[in-house]
Amino acid sequence: MGKRTIVPFGPQHPALPEPVHLDLELDGETVVRAVPSIGYVHRGLEKLVETRDYQQMTYIMERVCGICSMGHGYGYVNAVEGLMGVEVPDRAKVLRVVFHELSRVHSHLLWLGLLADGMGFDSLFMQCWRIREKVLDVFETVTGGRVIVSYCRIGGVACDLTPEHISMILKVCDEVEKEMDWVRRVFFLDSSVRNRLIGVGQISKDEMVELCGVGPTARGSGVDNDARSADEAYQALGFEPILYDEGDCYARCKVRVDEVSQSIELIRKALGDLPEGEWRVPVKGNPPAGQFAFRVEQPRGEAYYYVKGNGTKFLDRARVRTPTNINIPTMTRMLQGCGMQDVSMIIITIDPCISCTER
Amino acid sequence: MGVLKASGKLWSNLFHKPATEAYPAAPREYPSASRGHLEFDPSDCILCNICGKKCPTGAIRADKASRTVTIDRMDCIQCSYCADSCPKSCLSMAPGYTAPDSTKTVDTFTVPEREKPAEKKAE
Repeated sequence: MGKRTIVPFGPQHPALPEPVHLDLELDGETVVRAVPSIGYVHRGLEKLVETRDYQQMTYIMERVCGICSMGHGYGYVNAVEGLMGVEVPDRAKVLRVVFHELSRVHSHLLWLGLLADGMGFDSLFMQCWRIREKVLDVFETVTGGRVIVSYCRIGGVACDLTPEHISMILKVCDEVEKEMDWVRRVFFLDSSVRNRLIGVGQISKDEMVELCGVGPTARGSGVDNDARSADEAYQALGFEPILYDEGDCYARCKVRVDEVSQSIELIRKALGDLPEGEWRVPVKGNPPAGQFAFRVEQPRGEAYYYVKGNGTKFLDRARVRTPTNINIPTMTRMLQGCGMQDVSMIIITIDPCISCTER
Repeated sequence: MGVLKASGKLWSNLFHKPATEAYPAAPREYPSASRGHLEFDPSDCILCNICGKKCPTGAIRADKASRTVTIDRMDCIQCSYCADSCPKSCLSMAPGYTAPDSTKTVDTFTVPEREKPAEKKAE
């Protein structure tokens, strides 16, 4: 065994979009071990439940992360509604699905851009982000926020969709779908992308199950653990998870490219069969003593929301288990045995969100 | 399989106008629902401080003694919870972001005294 070197990687690094630090133990140019350390952007948001009531916490939980803001709102309000026994109108459930899938489209397009940027394919990066802007324009027009959409409320949604909004969303779906044909062709067929991703950061299905990986990272290894399969609102739309078996960076990329098209189909189905009626019910009183947990499939993977009430307007506990938190062990496993030049690619393909992880 | 799969789009970009706008020369047009900043109209305010109790960050406060409403622009997260809760609809979200500043400023609004309605005389 030769002399081993430890190379510090991050939290500030040109190839890394997120503030995570890794100590890379190298044998020559091969990574033998990667030791992650986090804690650079901890904000203590979960502790705020002690001084903010359960309604105010909706706005705080939406700000756990910018990109998965809709997913965090979706998870928190569902958990509180479950605790309080609130029956949400069908129209609100479908509207939440529409916006959750729109947020998945923008999150995956952002990630595809970051992946292209990480491999030095800057024109592809800019094209992906250009397409994403259309979705952000929908968010701003309907909800008022480009990134923090703030659409979920306890008991329903913040606003109803007008016929103009629906036609705008469908038009954007058509435009994004058309653009995705080109994006898919480049990501799936371009030799510079394939050479950079195929066989890199491979992890088997068994290892992924053992390490409890979640989200597109796990689905790229053939693990079917999409939380949307268990969600009634998605079951009604005939949702089927997208799985690839290769387990490398290329498979994880293909899962996300396909999920953009799948989300567009889900939005079309949801808007085509939008139930009439109320979109928000008034919620009065305080959460009772008790606890409730809710799983939500965010763009980066499964998030787990736990709330515990005590009969007052303040919750005893609001805990979030975020997808990146779970995928860090899978990432360190993928890094073992890879070349130093592939480290940034592998980190990017788990779609890390350290802002979520540290809250 | 092959190289230059992206080239068609890149060539077409040469003959289209840029996807970006020449901001600030071309001003940004915001949708009417955009939550850019909080606006306050003191004419109907009853200084109930419901906005202050609802605000998740404590950015707004109504003080009955001095008849003022203060908004800390740096603390405001544009969530619109205060605007949704105001019983007199004095608060509203307006498009356009607040201008950048080198110092932290707090906007103070004075709520005018209103004449009390004349008491009805017993007949």
